[in-house]
Amino acid sequence: MGGGTVNETVLFDAAGPRTRRRMVWINVAATLVVIAIGVWALARLGANGQLEPSLWTVFLTPDPWVDYLLPGLVGTLRAAGIAIVTSAVFGLVFGLGRLSAAAWVRAVCGTVVEFFRAVPVLLMMIFFWLGLAQLRFFEPSDLPLVAVVLALTLYNGSVFAELVRSGVHSLPRGQREAALAVGLGRGQSLRLVEVPQALIAMLPAIASQLVVILKDTALGYIITYPELLDAARRLGSSQGNILQSLVVAALIFIVINYALTRLAGLLAGRVGRRTAGRARAEAPSLVVSTGR
Amino acid sequence: MDDGTWAQFTSLFSEFDVVGAFWVNIQLTFFAGVLALVLGTALAVMRISPVPSLRWAGSTYVTLLRNTPLTIIIVFCVLGLWGQLGIQLSQDFQTNFFRLAVLGLAVYHAAFVCEALRSGVNTVPVGQAEAARAIGLGFGAAARLVILPQAFRGAVAPLGNVLIALTKNSTVAAAGSVAEASGLMKTMIEFRPDVILLIFFTFALGFVIIVVPLGLATTSLSRRWAVAR
Repeated sequence: MGGGTVNETVLFDAAGPRTRRRMVWINVAATLVVIAIGVWALARLGANGQLEPSLWTVFLTPDPWVDYLLPGLVGTLRAAGIAIVTSAVFGLVFGLGRLSAAAWVRAVCGTVVEFFRAVPVLLMMIFFWLGLAQLRFFEPSDLPLVAVVLALTLYNGSVFAELVRSGVHSLPRGQREAALAVGLGRGQSLRLVEVPQALIAMLPAIASQLVVILKDTALGYIITYPELLDAARRLGSSQGNILQSLVVAALIFIVINYALTRLAGLLAGRVGRRTAGRARAEAPSLVVSTGR
Repeated sequence: MDDGTWAQFTSLFSEFDVVGAFWVNIQLTFFAGVLALVLGTALAVMRISPVPSLRWAGSTYVTLLRNTPLTIIIVFCVLGLWGQLGIQLSQDFQTNFFRLAVLGLAVYHAAFVCEALRSGVNTVPVGQAEAARAIGLGFGAAARLVILPQAFRGAVAPLGNVLIALTKNSTVAAAGSVAEASGLMKTMIEFRPDVILLIFFTFALGFVIIVVPLGLATTSLSRRWAVAR
């Protein structure tokens, strides 16, 4: 958010001596509460034998990584990587479709995009997983991957389409007027002037959506796709440390996603100057065609 | 569709309790939504408070939970909290799974509620906080009387998005052995693979019917409640 809005520090004055003393006490009390919750959690873990060092130190040896976690991570990244590319293509096609001059193209693309944004990804995954098995077009071993990628593409592609559309709409009108004035057609203006600027303005939001894609690959666990969560679960049942394995898998996701989020924030700060649109770090809301 | 297929279709839906399954999703959404709103508001207050340790705890919670896949959280609730730590939320087997799923959904979405409220705080112009301080209000009074009432109104649209996401994400409770819509859809497709399209579109339409009015309602509410500036 730009200047002129409330950020956390203007809510309170620079502290005077009395406030500072009181703050120290509140700070100490709050820290104690946080520590107490931590101690309670550790005690609970210890009482159930979950703090047994061998359950944790096994992650310092290469075996669980080579046999389970890394292949799982590869599965997660493969599904996410393919889905990112296909979603981008889907989003560009349907985003341009929603900006088309032909009313029926706009209507069809709008319906498709709104539909897939309203249907849970898991529902689509299960449908493709069971439905494609009937077609016998794919190898049975490929089915879970295909289902994961298809479901992620339809949902996230629809979000990307919305990003393209709202990105173009948020550009100043002068951009299109200038393009038309120098003799470009409407389609050329979209392709050469508006969409490139819209994409740059939407880059941070696109980066945040990558986090969503990566997280949603974990749904593949439910339809037997061998990804990180599935690997952690199998590791946990073989070593008897399911709780620890899930924590490690979650930490891997957190590290990757945190890096992506930071990247999104960095991009938001950088790209501002290269577009006439306003850079935003969030995906547009699910609003049923309001004709903005 | 001829009469025979239609008869099969209606018999299929009399055999399976589709409405009941959706009711489970709505209950999951409701209970998790209330819990997430309470927890998320507490987190948001922590994050805008003048106490550094509270700010740190709030932002750490949000960073950790927001970046973890919901599926892992739900599986952790069932296999970790219940399976390993023996935390039981009900004597009844099914109710226990249901409550564990509600817990998982709530702790995950609380992080997003917190972010939505914070983005609401960001819609309040800095002059409002300065004016509040200028007339002598402290942090508590300024937040309660000036900032938060405007922030909530600015947060209606993002909160609506969290609610919509929560509704759709309630299907992930399937990973925690809760019998809900996506699980029933799987069972029905396995039972009647010949009418798979019909079954899928029925369930998809069910979610469209729940989600689209939610989106419309929050959009119109956020417009009606918008603070004119």
